Amino acid sequence: MLKTVSPSLSTRVKWVFSGKTWDGVRGISLGRQLLIQVFLLLVAASVIYPLLWVFSISLDPRDISRPATLTLLPTNGTSFKAYADVMKQPTPNPVSLPQLMFNSLMLSSGTAIASVLVGVFAAYAFSRLRFMGRGNLMLVVLTVLMLPSIATLPALFVLLNKINIDFTGLSFNLRNSLWGVGLAVLSGLLPFAIWNMKGYLDTIPKELEEAAWIDGCSPNQAFFRVTLPLSTPVLAVTFFLGFMSTWTEFAISWLFLTNPKDFTLMMALYNMVGQYSDNTPWSHFAAMAILIALPVTIIYLFVQRYFVGGLAIGGVKG
Amino acid sequence: MANISAIKTTNDRGKGFKTFLRAINPYFYLLPAFIVMTIITFYPMGFEVWMSFTNYGLKNLRFDAPLPDFVGLNNYVSILTDQLGLSNFSFWSVLVFNLWWTFSNVIIHVSLGVLIAVALNAKGVWFKGLYRAIYILPIVIPQVIIANVFRNMYDPDYGAINQGLAIFGGWFGISSELFHIRWIDQVNYPITWLPLTLSYFALLITNVWLGWPFMTIVASGALQSIPQDLYEAATIDGASGWQQFWRITVPLLRPAMVPATVYGTIATFNLFGLIYFLSGGGPLRRTEILLTAAYRLITEQRLYGVAAAFCVYIFFILLALTLILNRFTRATESYDA
Repeated sequence: MLKTVSPSLSTRVKWVFSGKTWDGVRGISLGRQLLIQVFLLLVAASVIYPLLWVFSISLDPRDISRPATLTLLPTNGTSFKAYADVMKQPTPNPVSLPQLMFNSLMLSSGTAIASVLVGVFAAYAFSRLRFMGRGNLMLVVLTVLMLPSIATLPALFVLLNKINIDFTGLSFNLRNSLWGVGLAVLSGLLPFAIWNMKGYLDTIPKELEEAAWIDGCSPNQAFFRVTLPLSTPVLAVTFFLGFMSTWTEFAISWLFLTNPKDFTLMMALYNMVGQYSDNTPWSHFAAMAILIALPVTIIYLFVQRYFVGGLAIGGVKG
Repeated sequence: MANISAIKTTNDRGKGFKTFLRAINPYFYLLPAFIVMTIITFYPMGFEVWMSFTNYGLKNLRFDAPLPDFVGLNNYVSILTDQLGLSNFSFWSVLVFNLWWTFSNVIIHVSLGVLIAVALNAKGVWFKGLYRAIYILPIVIPQVIIANVFRNMYDPDYGAINQGLAIFGGWFGISSELFHIRWIDQVNYPITWLPLTLSYFALLITNVWLGWPFMTIVASGALQSIPQDLYEAATIDGASGWQQFWRITVPLLRPAMVPATVYGTIATFNLFGLIYFLSGGGPLRRTEILLTAAYRLITEQRLYGVAAAFCVYIFFILLALTLILNRFTRATESYDA
């Protein structure tokens, strides 16, 4: 049996200087290694630069209104005052952060769940079933998918504006409510959900369903008992992607909503940036940006390999 | 024999209904999605086409408002001939800028993405895992948040871009007074013969920051599937590193990069969020793309009929773009090394 001995530091250094890697594998020469390191380090610095900046401003105990000097590291100590301030009331509008978060959360999860629930049946039909008009209907879905949601906004705005809901003492204009925003968002989300789920269902072997038929399942039972449970990962991913895009949705909610109580996180952030935000301290803006980005970023970090990797593999297969 | 066929016929009668059920079963699966899409997608689309032939405006918005007047192709004509009465607005310059914006971004994304992927995947590069962990960040952080952060970073006096440039310039003895560059709202072109504002370059820098990691990931996946023997054989045959890159790496990357490029092109063409947040299409509408222009027709000018016609144009432009890209993909699809 071979005994693996960790090589001494001097051996490793010798390797590195003789054009091998740290583990003694033949690789690139040292000169090229250093060149690549400098390049990759510069790239990494450019990626981190804005992130460090926004983090250090949000944590700076001086509660910076406008940073007079470049601050990339919280060298003056840290404080969470900006976060606490933002929690109370991020913008001059009379709405608290928990309320904004609740609105965004309801809107995002509601539309994402609806898109998965409504879309999964159509995705299954397109993936497995053969019927008249299948090709044409898929083309219709693809065409709608191609169209960005802003392109149908003039009509949606006008139409939803004509609908006043009067329901057990609750009366509101559909356009000027999160329900209306949800419908408009769903209009863009649904074709994507159908297409995304169809792509995954195509990869589940048909033989599994056929085996279920032989065991006495009807085709519908085969779908509900075999294919649907197997497609849980894509349901989760489709839900998350829908959630993520609605969480940072801006165009529709900004156009539709006028009542501060209904505002979403992105609308509040937009109010804190740019020309109309002279009174917003940048520490508040930075804390707000991080509070919005952090939850989805963390989840995305864990699930990104599923879709990014999938695209790369699909590409290789050509 | 007779018995069996008799049984068959009786069964067939029941089967007729069953086959019918089976035949229409797929449509039951389609029903939920198509009911929802009819109400919130197809009907609004049809309505929008009708709207585009009317002068639908603010006065027609109320519940009991009269129907707008039919104006024929008026909206379509006045968009193309720039007779909307909006200052600095020209459909053709928006379209040309939109195409240039897409083209310049995608070219940089793809070439930078491949370059970084090749450097990262060179044999024996140190700290690969660390670099990968950092490079994934622009993909996982929501784009619009980044757009907002950069909006403040481009601030002429307090922004991190100018402050960083001032420190960098200080090393070469350049006065920091020079670095109060008005990235977003300077109207004059930085390169006098090139009709692109500083805000275009600010947008370009931001979108390059956002865009290359995706291309790097796609290229990395493809690079790892290229067999090493090809390079060894090429080395034995005396091919230089440069030749190996163009004759082995690039052709074998192509099947992975083409779909990613198509996706990137459509996404960049429609990149509403970044532009609306960073430059707002300014200054003087010089960084406006079709979608931001359409959005401002609704939110600011409130010309719903005109906006509808504008969106019909967007539909056909996107359709043409998709078909062209499809042809391009097909043309490269058959490539097999």
